[in-house]
Amino acid sequence: MSTERQAILSVRDLKMHFQIRDEKAWPWTPTRALKAVDGISFDLYAGETLGVVGESGCGKSTLARAILNLHPATAGSIVWMGQEMAGASAQQWLAVRKDVQMIFQDPLASLNPRMTVAQIIGEPLRTHHPEMSPEAVMDKVRAIMQRVGLTEQQINRYPHEFSGGQCQRIGIARALIMQPKLIVCDEPVSALDVSIQAQIINLLKELQQEFGLALIFIAHDLAVVRHISHRIMVMYLGHAMELAHKAALYAEPRHPYTQALLSAIPIPDPELERNKVVQLLQGDLPSPMSPPSGCVFRTRCPVATARCAHEVPQLREVSAQTRVACWRA
Amino acid sequence: MRSTPMTAKAAPAMSLLQVSNLGVQFGTQDGVVYAVNGLSFNLDRGQTLGIVGESGSGKSQSVLALMGLLARNGKASGEALYKGSNLLDMPADALNTIRGNRMAMIFQDPMTSLNPYLTVERQMTEVLQFHKGQDRASARAASVRMLDAVKIPEAARRVTMYPHEFSGGMRQRVMIAMALLCEPEVLIADEPTTALDVTVQAQILTLLRELQRDFGTAIVLITHDLGVVAGLCDQVMVLYGGRVMEQGSAAHIFANATHPYTLGLLRAIPRMDRDAEHLLAIPGAPPNMARLPKGCPFCERCALADAHCRDVMPVLQGVEGAAATLRACHKGVPVVQAMHSAREGT
Repeated sequence: MSTERQAILSVRDLKMHFQIRDEKAWPWTPTRALKAVDGISFDLYAGETLGVVGESGCGKSTLARAILNLHPATAGSIVWMGQEMAGASAQQWLAVRKDVQMIFQDPLASLNPRMTVAQIIGEPLRTHHPEMSPEAVMDKVRAIMQRVGLTEQQINRYPHEFSGGQCQRIGIARALIMQPKLIVCDEPVSALDVSIQAQIINLLKELQQEFGLALIFIAHDLAVVRHISHRIMVMYLGHAMELAHKAALYAEPRHPYTQALLSAIPIPDPELERNKVVQLLQGDLPSPMSPPSGCVFRTRCPVATARCAHEVPQLREVSAQTRVACWRA
Repeated sequence: MRSTPMTAKAAPAMSLLQVSNLGVQFGTQDGVVYAVNGLSFNLDRGQTLGIVGESGSGKSQSVLALMGLLARNGKASGEALYKGSNLLDMPADALNTIRGNRMAMIFQDPMTSLNPYLTVERQMTEVLQFHKGQDRASARAASVRMLDAVKIPEAARRVTMYPHEFSGGMRQRVMIAMALLCEPEVLIADEPTTALDVTVQAQILTLLRELQRDFGTAIVLITHDLGVVAGLCDQVMVLYGGRVMEQGSAAHIFANATHPYTLGLLRAIPRMDRDAEHLLAIPGAPPNMARLPKGCPFCERCALADAHCRDVMPVLQGVEGAAATLRACHKGVPVVQAMHSAREGT
């Protein structure tokens, strides 16, 4: 990673643990920790897209929520533009959220059904700039609607009058109106049809170039992530398994989990698809309440050794492009 | 074992399942909605048909019609012959001897299609007791064997559990095991892997492939994922707006798609094995089924569409040089393919 570029966001050893009480436990027995995110570190640079991939339950959405302090992190440090945000007050977070916005997975559920499109998109402005005149807000709303591919005639409609793809455009407009430096996208296209998916991915890429946005793009689909990310972090059970530049990750995945994940994705070409070797993972995801000792992936790993059961591998640099948390890589 | 009265001895030349001109209509407050129109296919033993389409294209409704599971306001037309008897006009008790027994279905969402109040054992033995007249003990043994076959660890212990005690992938395996209990000849899988993670999807697809090899089951696979189709299907049918756009062998359609919609779909998918700078999206959104255009349903999003396309529905007809492929488009194959290679070049 280049040293001359200043990271806009630095996350170090971020942990998010939830205290869970067993169903049949006595009221006085201590709760157990569910380690949804357990020690994630990364840097994000201006104008860059970091893809975060992993299967359900790996903690990728929890990570997004922790970065925005939608749920305060248990431990670790989040440095935004040189300012330490762990333990920051609500006031400080309010100031940061002018620059950090979010797009959600379910396009319709994340829009208030009783507000018109104009109200939804204008709300961040009214919150952060209460001094702005209503006319100025409307002008900005109109401009941003046009930019994301909505028409001016739709300004007074309600969310239910739109299709899924259009609702996601409304969500993007709402995130974009503050001219943020970073947008956290939590599975923004997984609820959409394939033909619409491509429209939204293309739109996000264009907007990124136009406004110099940084994106954290969370998805379970590695093919989608490939098309939008510069760097990709692969997560499994709350831990980062591999953090690599796009080209390196797809050409030469180093972690056994990344390799299994990549080989599992169906390719829309009968010849390639039928002749490829799929590395089938055995068994199911272990419970995050009682993760395996050592490396969390070792119970399903085809190359695990005795060492993997005792020592937790940390992300280490194996090439200029790739950092991987595996003793065998 | 109880015999199934409706299964007359099939002539050797006849396909296992012959569907011709299947249509599904729904009576709604806004008038009649034509969800599926003129769908035809033949399915033989050991074959897989993939039905591809976006949400609202009618892919689920067409198979629900075959199983007699349409909503109250739905009505099926046309003909669906299973070994010579028409499933669409069969009385319910005759249909009950076939569905779940000779034809079984796997639904998309395993959590909502299993009964949360009953143990897996109860739900599985019920099928065998009803269709095969087995007693509880032998039905239980058969259920455990089937759970073993779909690779559920500790099947004998797991069989007494409730659906919520299983993970998503395991539940889908329970669904598959349940569908396969009576060794059906036709298995209808409605988006069997959509709710699952990719590594679990790979496990389930491998399982389906093995089961097909071992039992010779014919599979109708409904999906929106062209990658899944490429891996599993012999024939493909592409639906849009309740109509067949293109239909033929998988190998031919993936290599040589001739319909603007199929081509658009193939180019819009982000692919793992390629690094395109820009995805070629299909503009616009899927049509409202209650207000379909008079002509081709795809005309509003098609770059080649003209007035003729908007007014006249193209007929599904054979493609020159590819006998098994059918397409519904007014534009000639060379015109369509030239347009798409030009777009790809830019």
